[in-house]
Amino acid sequence: MSEPPGATIAASEAPPAADEPSKPFAAQRVLPLRRPGRWIATAVVLVLAVQFVHGLVTNPFYQWDRFGYWFLRPTILDGLVITLQVTAYSAVLGLLGGIVLALARLSKSPVLRAVSWTYVWALRSIPLIVVLLFLYNFSALYKTLSVGVPFGPAFFSFDESKLATDMVVAVIGLSLNEAAYAAEVVRGGILSVDQGQHEAAAALGLPKGYQFRKIVFPQALRSITPNYVNQLIGLIKSTSLVFYVSLLDLFGSAQSMGSTYPGDIVPLLLVVTVWYLILTSIVSVVQFYVERYYARGATRTLPPTPLQKLRTGLTDLRARIRREAAV
Amino acid sequence: MTITDTLETAPVALEISGVHKWYGAHRVLDGIDLTIRPGEVTVILGPSGSGKSTLLRVINHLEKPEIGHVSVNGEPIGVKRQGDRRGMGVPPAEGRGRLKELSERAILAQRSRIGFVFQNFNLFPHLTVLDNVAAAPVATGKLGKPQAQALAKELLERVGLGERVGAYPRQLSGGQQQRVAIARALALRPGVILFDEPTSALDPELVGEVLAVIKDLATSGTTLVIVTHEIGFAREIADRVVFIDGGRIVEQGPPSEVLDKPQHERTRDFLSKVL
Repeated sequence: MSEPPGATIAASEAPPAADEPSKPFAAQRVLPLRRPGRWIATAVVLVLAVQFVHGLVTNPFYQWDRFGYWFLRPTILDGLVITLQVTAYSAVLGLLGGIVLALARLSKSPVLRAVSWTYVWALRSIPLIVVLLFLYNFSALYKTLSVGVPFGPAFFSFDESKLATDMVVAVIGLSLNEAAYAAEVVRGGILSVDQGQHEAAAALGLPKGYQFRKIVFPQALRSITPNYVNQLIGLIKSTSLVFYVSLLDLFGSAQSMGSTYPGDIVPLLLVVTVWYLILTSIVSVVQFYVERYYARGATRTLPPTPLQKLRTGLTDLRARIRREAAV
Repeated sequence: MTITDTLETAPVALEISGVHKWYGAHRVLDGIDLTIRPGEVTVILGPSGSGKSTLLRVINHLEKPEIGHVSVNGEPIGVKRQGDRRGMGVPPAEGRGRLKELSERAILAQRSRIGFVFQNFNLFPHLTVLDNVAAAPVATGKLGKPQAQALAKELLERVGLGERVGAYPRQLSGGQQQRVAIARALALRPGVILFDEPTSALDPELVGEVLAVIKDLATSGTTLVIVTHEIGFAREIADRVVFIDGGRIVEQGPPSEVLDKPQHERTRDFLSKVL
């Protein structure tokens, strides 16, 4: 895998060997094993894939012309912006909340541990849609929110109906839910850091905050990243639920257009599908580079980028062709 | 012996008095008393499970002793006299003031004056060799970043790794990693350096390079406490050998006595197994 490209080229310069048994044993080439089963399976899958794509393109049911009409419509793009905003805010707030919850869970105080555990238990048990609808009706339960002495006088009061816009309700709901899952992801990451690292940091007398920010957390991120990205992809799709708190995200816009133009429901769903695919792909690409960044020091050589992989692949292929041609 | 006595009988680099330590019901240290002078090189020997490593970890307060105290350069570790605001170990008056646990921040500051080298190196894998060494002086506010990096380069050259400053720890051999760990401990200019089996995790052919660095420190007048199984090395560099078994000091003295003419059956038994 990590063989330098030079090694393959060097191998290609070895004297070409022929198949005749008359040659000395050391110079005889080994015929590669034929694998007919693998070829048949490949052919079957290829045929099925082509059939599927052919159906997708030619079946009039999908109405690709209407797909083209809707794909970049301002209503859809406005919805996309809402989806991106809700996702971004909730991802950041959820991660911050998750870090706080994870630290509370790992704290020496039994009260903090219990509160953190209860929060995660509750928010993971309650369906997101229920949380969102609760928050949506929250302003009916608590008319004003105030900051002040607990059970005592208030310093500031907010009129909740003004504070809690649909966007705020959606972001709070998703963040509360996201934080519960992120807490476990972050906790797992912190636990994955070797105990010796904590000890070395303590033995050097590094300040507590520095130990966490510069020593433990960067190493924890290596295992947090793939798990949190998984979480993030779930979050992108969960944002489609904000439709129920009357926020018109990508899915919501398509849904409302679908009720106005009932004939276009299938192409609208396709538009939504393709946009979600694009968002997930972007996240996956970012994930690759973030993981590569946090792999510094953890592996002796960094995993190759797709470009590097392509380059070594081409070099290998060229060397192989040259070798085959020489035979 | 109390902490006040310690202060009056300087120069003492390290004072361990009446230290007991339990892990649950298991007694690991059973009344350890040890006084080490500045510049002295002490090697601690003992069978596995005898409490050697625990003793080292008690010295820099990675473990808290249940009974007894440790002081380094006259400063009690992990505790202070009530009324002694700055935690500098200066008692308010003879016999007055109770001992009080130090804040976590103050304990960390004390640890930064005691070097510790681990068996498994415990370098920070995500930082380059240079940053591993330069991190602590910067984080503890002792040096600015450029000065810390200059010091780190100098120390890495001293342990023979001046060429590898940009490497990550996992790109180095075990012996090289342990030499970086020693440079990292030296970067805080500690008064005492503790070594917890520094060569036990190394391939035999890499032991020598690490011992050479430790020997260099020993001859330069740094106070060292070394837990090791390298008897030959102990004979060569130790001013004093301390043999521990069952959480107690069985015997101690110069290597020529403890290693060559052991007085106790248990010491003889141990030495016959490791030599």
